[in-house]
Amino acid sequence: MFDIDKWQEILATIKKNKMRTFLTGFSVAWGIFMLMILLGSGNGLSNGVSENFTRDAINAMWLWSGKTSIPYQGMKEGREIKLTNSDYDLIKDIEGIDKASGSYYIRGNMFSYGNEYGSYTAVTCHPDLKDVESIDIVEGRFVNEIDIKQARKSVVLGKDIYDALFKGENAIGEYVRINNIPFKVVGICKEGGGTRHRNAYLPVTTGQKVFNGSNRLHNFAVTVNAQSIEESQAIETAVREAVAKKYKFDSKDESALGSYNKLEDVLQTMRIFQAIKIFIWIIGIGTLIAGVVGVSNIMLIVVKERTKEIGIRKAIGASPSSVIGLILLESVLITTIAGYIGLVLGTGLMEGLNFIVEQQYAASAATNGGNGETIFRNPTVDLNVAIMATALLVVAGTIAGYIPAKRAASIKPIEALRDE
Amino acid sequence: MISLSNIHKSYAMGNNSLHVLKGINLQIEQGEFVSIMGSSGSGKSTLLNILGILDNYDEGTYHLNGKLVKNMSEKQAAKLRNELLGFVFQSFNLISFKNAMENVALPLYYQGVSRKKRNKIALEYLDKMGLLQWANHLPNEMSGGQKQRVAIARSMISKPKIIFADEPTGALDSATSFEVMDILREINQDGITLIIVTHEHDIAAMTQKIIRLSDGRISEIIQNGELKNWKSQYRRELEIA
Repeated sequence: MFDIDKWQEILATIKKNKMRTFLTGFSVAWGIFMLMILLGSGNGLSNGVSENFTRDAINAMWLWSGKTSIPYQGMKEGREIKLTNSDYDLIKDIEGIDKASGSYYIRGNMFSYGNEYGSYTAVTCHPDLKDVESIDIVEGRFVNEIDIKQARKSVVLGKDIYDALFKGENAIGEYVRINNIPFKVVGICKEGGGTRHRNAYLPVTTGQKVFNGSNRLHNFAVTVNAQSIEESQAIETAVREAVAKKYKFDSKDESALGSYNKLEDVLQTMRIFQAIKIFIWIIGIGTLIAGVVGVSNIMLIVVKERTKEIGIRKAIGASPSSVIGLILLESVLITTIAGYIGLVLGTGLMEGLNFIVEQQYAASAATNGGNGETIFRNPTVDLNVAIMATALLVVAGTIAGYIPAKRAASIKPIEALRDE
Repeated sequence: MISLSNIHKSYAMGNNSLHVLKGINLQIEQGEFVSIMGSSGSGKSTLLNILGILDNYDEGTYHLNGKLVKNMSEKQAAKLRNELLGFVFQSFNLISFKNAMENVALPLYYQGVSRKKRNKIALEYLDKMGLLQWANHLPNEMSGGQKQRVAIARSMISKPKIIFADEPTGALDSATSFEVMDILREINQDGITLIIVTHEHDIAAMTQKIIRLSDGRISEIIQNGELKNWKSQYRRELEIA
């Protein structure tokens, strides 16, 4: 099938009909180019936002206690629910709960070191909170099991607190005073996804002991093993029911036990992005159709324009199939090369954009310790999609050329020659 | 070489059909130089197109080189045209984006001759036509006479048995016309059958046999020897008119 002479004939024709070649090629290249930009932007937006989300563990869930708002089993509303350490053990062992941390609120948080002081938040927690809230350790360590067991007066300072109190000097092993009680600094940390690091973390048992909490807990932060909203909701319900059963309140009472499920939020946002992606695809397909129509149109004109040439070729002995082959191979050659050019240009542009975005990301990450602010990342397109789109245009051009070419090649040469 | 018997041809014109050829019987032998004459609408071009297998016919039989030409597929017709026939048209019908050499070489492309070889042969034929220095020019850079000579070279390159010329001098001035006719006569002397359609009497007079068509029928066949008679009769006709 590969016939050098045929290709020479085609190349000679292309070389001598530059305008026609350009128009055919341009509509294909433009279609692919636009498609690449559209899909690339969509992907970039989606990637950027989902990255922002995943900085906190996306499967995190928070629970906090309050007062009942629904009468239950003969008991009036307005009853205060008091969670304790035993609830921590209860929740930790519920199926589907991965990491769990309980917390006891401490009132009045004055931090001081030497002559420096400031008001920050002291959060009491279990070691698992590090995973739930994606806390990054800058120096030292986080709260550990021994801290919990021995109720050691250890504290992990947020980066902002450290900067304010220690001014860049060594803090590990030093003692800071929290509400005038000395705590030994064991680590410095940053909160995942945040830009402010004004929380200090202490062992929950220490908090209870030092600040008169006995066994009280106010809230829980947990992670769940769930892949879908439904699964995540089922685990949330299981936790609520277990606690409600123990304290005898309606498991639907949001006031008695508040809960916030992050996965639900994430998945819902992801659904919006799914919708945006579908929308972009629809526009993309629209662009492709416009490209197909453009190519088809040009092919129709090309064949019309070449009717006389077809007549001449047939008069001097060309068979219909050789004439059709000539026109179609030319079309395939042009559309394939043009599609490739569009592909390269589109990809090039998106890669260039990606480069700029990454630099900005790196710049903002540098000032903010690894957590760059961006809603646009990695705006690239699946190469298979791009190739499929190009193939579609090539095929459309071929079909659009085939029909009139076949007609032109099958009419009597004398009619084609008369066409003037 | 060519044998027509009772050829009919009509064209559909909307609801009416136009009966163009109404029973043509004709014999043309190898090596003849024939002209087909007739007023416009007499069917002369239609007859030439049928002879050249460029068009089909409705009734009758047409034997070309001993082979019946009827209901041929386009592919068969194209092969036959390529092997046996050459064409020269009034409007030259050169491919506008190919230069003279490539135009001349094109029939050999369809015979599967390699590019190098067919271009070499094309140059030989252009040389015969005195157009060697024009080989790399495009058709629109040449005069009518030059274009027609390129077209003649193209029709000859496949060494056909018959060359058909539809008003070959129709678009040319008289001096160029005579040049072209001289070339055609030389070709005929090499043994190729030549059939031309013309409405010019002086052009027709240069051929050996004149077939006059009127209203779709052959009205008169004038042989070589009678040409002198015919010429004087034609002059008388002119004088009367």
